[in-house]
Amino acid sequence: MQTEFDVQKKSPTQSSSADQVGQGLVTGAEILIRSLEAEGVEIVFGYPGGAVIGIYDTMHRLKPAFKHVLVRHEQGGTHAAEGYAKSTGKVGTVLVTSGPGATNCVTGIADAYMDSIPMVVFTGQVPTKLIGNDAFQECDMIGVTRSITKHSFLVRNVAELAETVKKAYYIAGTGRPGPVVVDLPKDMLMAKAPFHYPKSVSIRGYSFAGKGNRKQIQKAAELINAAEKPLFYVGGGTIISDAAVELTRLARKANIPVTTTLHGLGSFPENDPLSVGMLGMHGTWFANKSVQNTDLLIAVGARFDDRVTGKIEAWAPHAKIIHMDIDPACISKNVPADCPILGDVKLVLKDLEPLVEARSAASRKSWLEQIDVWKAECPMDFKRDGKLRPQEIIRALRDKTGGNATVVTDVGQNQMWGAQFFTYVQPRTHITSGGLGTMGFSLPAAMGVAFGKKPGDSPVISINGDGGVMMNIQELGVAAAHKLPLKVVILNNSYLGMVRQWQELFHEERYSHTDLAPTNPDFIVLAKAFGCEAIRCDKPEDIQATIDAAWEVTDRPVVMEFVVVMEEKVFPMVPSGATTDEMITASSEDIA
Amino acid sequence: MTQQTLTPQQVYRKQAAGEALGPDGNDVQHRHVLTVLVENSLGALNRVANLFSQRGFNLESVSVGEAKDPQLRRMTLVTTGNDRIIAQVIRQLNALIDTLEVEDVTAYDHIERELCLVQVRCSATERHALTSVVDIFRATVVNITPDSLTFEVTGPPTKINAFIGMMRDYEVLEVARSGRVAMRRELAFEH
Ligand SMILES: Cc1ncc(C[n+]2csc(CCOP(=O)(O)OP(=O)(O)O)c2C)c(N)n1
Ligand SMILES: [Mg+2]
Repeated sequence: MQTEFDVQKKSPTQSSSADQVGQGLVTGAEILIRSLEAEGVEIVFGYPGGAVIGIYDTMHRLKPAFKHVLVRHEQGGTHAAEGYAKSTGKVGTVLVTSGPGATNCVTGIADAYMDSIPMVVFTGQVPTKLIGNDAFQECDMIGVTRSITKHSFLVRNVAELAETVKKAYYIAGTGRPGPVVVDLPKDMLMAKAPFHYPKSVSIRGYSFAGKGNRKQIQKAAELINAAEKPLFYVGGGTIISDAAVELTRLARKANIPVTTTLHGLGSFPENDPLSVGMLGMHGTWFANKSVQNTDLLIAVGARFDDRVTGKIEAWAPHAKIIHMDIDPACISKNVPADCPILGDVKLVLKDLEPLVEARSAASRKSWLEQIDVWKAECPMDFKRDGKLRPQEIIRALRDKTGGNATVVTDVGQNQMWGAQFFTYVQPRTHITSGGLGTMGFSLPAAMGVAFGKKPGDSPVISINGDGGVMMNIQELGVAAAHKLPLKVVILNNSYLGMVRQWQELFHEERYSHTDLAPTNPDFIVLAKAFGCEAIRCDKPEDIQATIDAAWEVTDRPVVMEFVVVMEEKVFPMVPSGATTDEMITASSEDIA
Repeated sequence: MTQQTLTPQQVYRKQAAGEALGPDGNDVQHRHVLTVLVENSLGALNRVANLFSQRGFNLESVSVGEAKDPQLRRMTLVTTGNDRIIAQVIRQLNALIDTLEVEDVTAYDHIERELCLVQVRCSATERHALTSVVDIFRATVVNITPDSLTFEVTGPPTKINAFIGMMRDYEVLEVARSGRVAMRRELAFEH
């Protein structure tokens, strides 16, 4: 009771002294909104609730400079922010309420963490006094997200809110990017403080690599100059660092072939003769062959993930390894590097280029010819037997756009066909959930990409399976309401296709719970119910007309449902845990 | 890193080339004493401990206290694990926003100390014999009752172990160890 008395005695003085200071003081809610404006935030994906109602109320009053998009599920909001961030290179922003609003973001936060996507998630929290009391809609978000965030903040003093926002964006967007959670107790939004947004912040425990070590770069150049069969192995870090130009220049100068990871797609034009396409579990035959035979692997912003290496002991057995990356924890993590270079890969490549000797294609003849032989041995192709096959659809989309589109794929077979059969020629045009493999990513992420586009920009294509598309289908309504001209492709094989493929190949065709036919909706009716245009196609001869008709729709999303053959599989394939040399191809499968 | 264990790929390559793997073989486990300077912020200690638990490393001892800068805390962690993975954890510790300095002092000449309180049952007649044992360890009596004594002893962990071992001749009622604190030893007269 004494405390209550204390509070009563104190609060009038507090508020009167605040009044004396006068207009200098604003609420935490207003500080947050002003901070986002000062940070240059363009778009916030959010969903209101009790803990953040004050922010929404203040937004209503202030008419902030950023756009707020009301998503229909917080997970969709996080993926939209990811798509926006990956496509623009800026930091994505999410605002949700406490408890369930916050936990609905967990998948998106984990996804952003795995794929190094810069994102700040503001989560409401119960008032400071109630934290730890199992209050209504309380969830310890800082605890829940500890291992899936780059960093997190619990705001405990309104006077530190603006600086915390600044720090959050700084940490999310610099170095190896990642998600940052800012937990906002409700009382912090009502308490008042003067607003001042710092121009810069310094965080003494935080630093990130810039230029690479000169000696190491020199050593790398010597290794490259001495190598007979070098190969670039390029990951998503190259795109994050905006280093595609530097990479392309260096590869062409020394005539070094390039393979990319799933996240590296677009960092080197795939229509260049030096491109060997994607490597790894579902990489091309010729990329994986090149890896197994190269004498020098030059890893650029890649992390030697198990989907890339297969059985790691037998991977790239003849190669010396140069590994450039901004994250010290990544270098030599899975594979020891002969020449590690810690640094921003753009700066490293810039410094490396003048030290690398120019080599003509002729002087690398035997290596490049060998690769051409592998390319001819097993090109990326598919059966043309009058049945509607997913690969042909992706090819048609490529031909329609000439590769000038942003392709956002979901997870499963559709993801691999989207990676294999489109031709990526520019960075930031291929977006997918690679690290976490989150089904339901594509649709909301594509929506986020579309929000970052200007009228007249190249189209945004969302590629989905009939399984994954249902996991965030609600965002179709949001895309329609905002008249986003999304091209939504559903490759409907009536199955959890990728799981079915594993069941067929490795579980003796026991198709346990992968048949979606009984629960699939009528996608055309569904799309129309959300206010989208919808077209169904079930014959290869109709692919072109379907795509052409879809491209006519410019004022809302258009859903193209392709009823494809159910039994199509993704090849080549390095079975999980096998060595890269044990790759299965479509033709070896035919023989079997 | 002075001593690094081989990665699976290195082992494979060495075996393929018919080279010896070295006396250590592959999976060498060593005890590591790490000191970490962290921000005195909410969750900082949690994040540090989390990195170990994620990897399934047992923390044998953790101690935390104020450092020279009162805004910071110095943690001393003792763990045992594969050297290569520990090196990886150290890099990850460094990557945490809250950490300012991470050092594996096991690789250097260093000082380790621990404090321990031991309460033993002891009647008036046993007291003299007991205190004479305890003197050898320079332990001090910090509490006395008609049938018990409580000692405080500090020193390197081996000494603490020896002390507790000697007390086993009596009935040990309670033991509380502080966990280790460690610091690198500056050598002024190395040559
Ligand atoms: C949220 C989530 N649940 C489960 C999985 C496991 N999974 C990976 S691929 C896949 C099948 C996807 O089926 P569909 O969306 O129809 O795509 P398809 O493989 O048929 O192209 C499943 C269930 C996952 N990646 N994500
Ligand atoms: Mg499917």
